Amino acid sequence: MQIPRFWRQIPNRYNLIGVQCENCKKVYFPPRIVCPDCHRLSIGKMKQYKLSDKGVVHSYTVIYEPAEGFENQVPYIMAIIQLEDGPRITAQIVDCNPEEVKIGSRVEMVFRRLGEDGKAGIIYYGYKFALVKTQT
Amino acid sequence: MVGIVSYGGYVPRYRITPAEIGAVWGIDGKSYGESLGVKAKSVPGADEDTITIAVAAARNALKRVSINPKDIGAIYCGSESHPYAVKPTATVVAEAIGATPDLTAADYEFACKAGTAGIQTCMGLVKSGMIKYGLAIGSDTSQGAPGDPLEYTASAGGAALLIGNEKVVAEINRTYSFTTDTPDFWRREGQMYPSHGGRFTGEPAYFRHVLTCAKKLMEMQGTKPEDYQYAIFHQPNGRFPRRAGKMLGFKDEQINQGLLTPYIGNTYSGAVMLGLCSVLDVAKPGDRILAVAFGSGAGSDGFDITVTDEIQNFKRENAPLIRHYIENAVEVNYAIYTKLKHQIILREE
Amino acid sequence: MRDVAIIGIGMTKFGELWEKSFREIGIEAGLRAIEDAKISGDLLDALYVGNMSAGKLIEQEHVSSLILDYSGYSSKHLPAVRVEAASASGGVALYEAYLAVASGMYDFVMVGGAEKMTDVGDAEANRELCSTADNEWESIFGATYASLFAMLARRHMYEYGTTEEQMAHVAVKNHKFASKNPVAHFKNTLTVEQVLTSSPVATPIKTLDCAPVSDGAAAVVLCPWDHARKFCDTPIKIAGVGLATDTIALHSRRDICTMDAVVRASSKAYHMARIGPKEVNLAEVHDCYTIAEIVEIEDLRLVKKGEGGKATAEGQTDIGGKVVVNPSGGLKGRGQPPGAVGIAQVVEIVQQLRGEAKERQVPGANVGITLNIGGTGATAFVSILKREN
Ligand SMILES: [Zn+2]
Repeated sequence: MQIPRFWRQIPNRYNLIGVQCENCKKVYFPPRIVCPDCHRLSIGKMKQYKLSDKGVVHSYTVIYEPAEGFENQVPYIMAIIQLEDGPRITAQIVDCNPEEVKIGSRVEMVFRRLGEDGKAGIIYYGYKFALVKTQT
Repeated sequence: MVGIVSYGGYVPRYRITPAEIGAVWGIDGKSYGESLGVKAKSVPGADEDTITIAVAAARNALKRVSINPKDIGAIYCGSESHPYAVKPTATVVAEAIGATPDLTAADYEFACKAGTAGIQTCMGLVKSGMIKYGLAIGSDTSQGAPGDPLEYTASAGGAALLIGNEKVVAEINRTYSFTTDTPDFWRREGQMYPSHGGRFTGEPAYFRHVLTCAKKLMEMQGTKPEDYQYAIFHQPNGRFPRRAGKMLGFKDEQINQGLLTPYIGNTYSGAVMLGLCSVLDVAKPGDRILAVAFGSGAGSDGFDITVTDEIQNFKRENAPLIRHYIENAVEVNYAIYTKLKHQIILREE
Repeated sequence: MRDVAIIGIGMTKFGELWEKSFREIGIEAGLRAIEDAKISGDLLDALYVGNMSAGKLIEQEHVSSLILDYSGYSSKHLPAVRVEAASASGGVALYEAYLAVASGMYDFVMVGGAEKMTDVGDAEANRELCSTADNEWESIFGATYASLFAMLARRHMYEYGTTEEQMAHVAVKNHKFASKNPVAHFKNTLTVEQVLTSSPVATPIKTLDCAPVSDGAAAVVLCPWDHARKFCDTPIKIAGVGLATDTIALHSRRDICTMDAVVRASSKAYHMARIGPKEVNLAEVHDCYTIAEIVEIEDLRLVKKGEGGKATAEGQTDIGGKVVVNPSGGLKGRGQPPGAVGIAQVVEIVQQLRGEAKERQVPGANVGITLNIGGTGATAFVSILKREN
């Protein structure tokens, strides 16, 4: 991936910065330029919004045939996560065994390596999720 | 009053035992581990590195206080395993905690005391009024060459201390450093694994620096070992800090709470700072803490600390205690360990 | 708008066509369609080509001009258009060609779809399929194309009680049909047991739930319905078409188990054709994974929502059932050259409606439907084809 393409999304990928439509108050992640509900009325009214880093698993899968760059993590868990603020996102779930993940499991954001441009290239960081466990 | 406004630690969940490592090299790892005083060491996940650990620790520190991250004027990240040789860890942390762009940031390297060096810098900046808060982080995913004695202890973890002068939960009464040119442990540019002077790392390096630093600091402060509830010494293994403590006149009861190496190995830049986090997890107002870091090369940073009444209002529960990380661990075998550490050569696409 | 007929069809074998290049398969399909239409190529007014990723897969862009040139028509300087909509490229090309003929702009149009997947390795081919999802918010986080359908499948199982065994029945049925199709990628039949015990790709999806990566091309010739009988004894009428889109990312959908684009595209096509789902005899749907067929037959309203798996396991989508689904073998059995899929589906329905499908002929085939999707359902193209007696 080219550096500028990742760099410009650092706020979104590090801190779940999305947008809120000031017209209807709906929250979007990833950020959108216009609100799909308000269309023209939302122009210039999509304001930065930091989403809550908590959500629940909407669906998930355990991947055995990996995406490029994820070979070392096989098997790994991908999920569609329903965030508390409304939007759903696709992200990895880490630090647990596949059998611990269920639809409805509570998760929270963690900060991890997403990939790298080879051994000499830039390292990409961003959100993944971990199960919320009762603290001892 | 300059001191610790908040703190946070982080230790990856994976562990490997000396027995498991020894089995690969044909030695009795269990006995070797016992001689080092290490039951297990932490291993980073495949997607973890010094930067992600630093961010996790920093976020834990910020969860416990309600300060505006934009008020952090300086971030120093100490490590001997920065993912980039050139390109700071500190800028990623700054962005990830929302502290950018009005701050100064840099990476430190001084073997296992690079994190405590950051504490001292932050103290100076806060005391001089140049910044409101400074964040000092020690974080490592340290490397021991396969088969080397270091492989049994070199582990991963990190801690972040927020330094300031308002609502301080632990006042840093004084810091003192003892520094010489002692080549006990090093890693040359481009080398994957560090080299060390074997037994030379003991007396002339670790013990000389830690003991001198501790003695001089107590001398300056007019304190004796019995004035401290807790003492934390750099912990490359489970034995050295106990021996150093004993030589200075400290008892095991003062050492235990801050001694984590037996459970997680040597987290290098994270070691003394995580030990301090573990102590602050349980400390009460008025408790006095002596913390002495050691970095090969060599130097020791000593801190004389007093816990304040503010700790009673402090939201420790907003982030995991060190005990949580120690207890929620998953043991892996050597094969998984090499996979997590990216030592299995994968097909190039 | 004029009614539009299909008067010629042609396709290559689908599979690993090592010895053939992209341009060769593209032209082979086109020439067969011309031959089948019994028209002179000189009659053609324009060419539309559906192609997903030639730029990445064979490092060749500008394939519209390339195909026209190698078809021998460069001196005629015909208009040629390449259409890209991921694995719906072929279907969308057909949609555009349909509009051109219906509007009266052109009379004779060739629409082709072609993809050469095996000039690159599996990893690169899969990366290309991945890039049809939302690259910046799905793929980069480690999601594979299979994993997105796997999450759709898991949710469908959760909401409707669909089972892995029901999904396996899709593969078994489609391989059975493919074994009777001379152009199919796969000739082997499968058992439910074999599918269930095949190795995991992205749970609950297993190797034998996945369509293969294939090379292949398909083409059809369109002309105004009123001219059709001059060239062809059994012209097939395009009775209805529908094209619709949805969010590029699966996670942003209203409901990840319903392809709203399929619902919308098929509504338009049914309405235009004045035909209801109950009148459809056979369907060619986009079974890139077995779960996709289950969801799609629901969203085409060929079965009740949530009952796609059950209907399949009960044989409702096999010969003798309510509606025969994927008599060609589908993407699963006949093969999956993404750009060609949408056209190949039409080729199959035309063969069936003409009564030329031999061993796999669906008895009483009068009305057929095709569904070609792009990505995880961000694009859906539906056509309803009819035999007029
Ligand atoms: Zn709105």
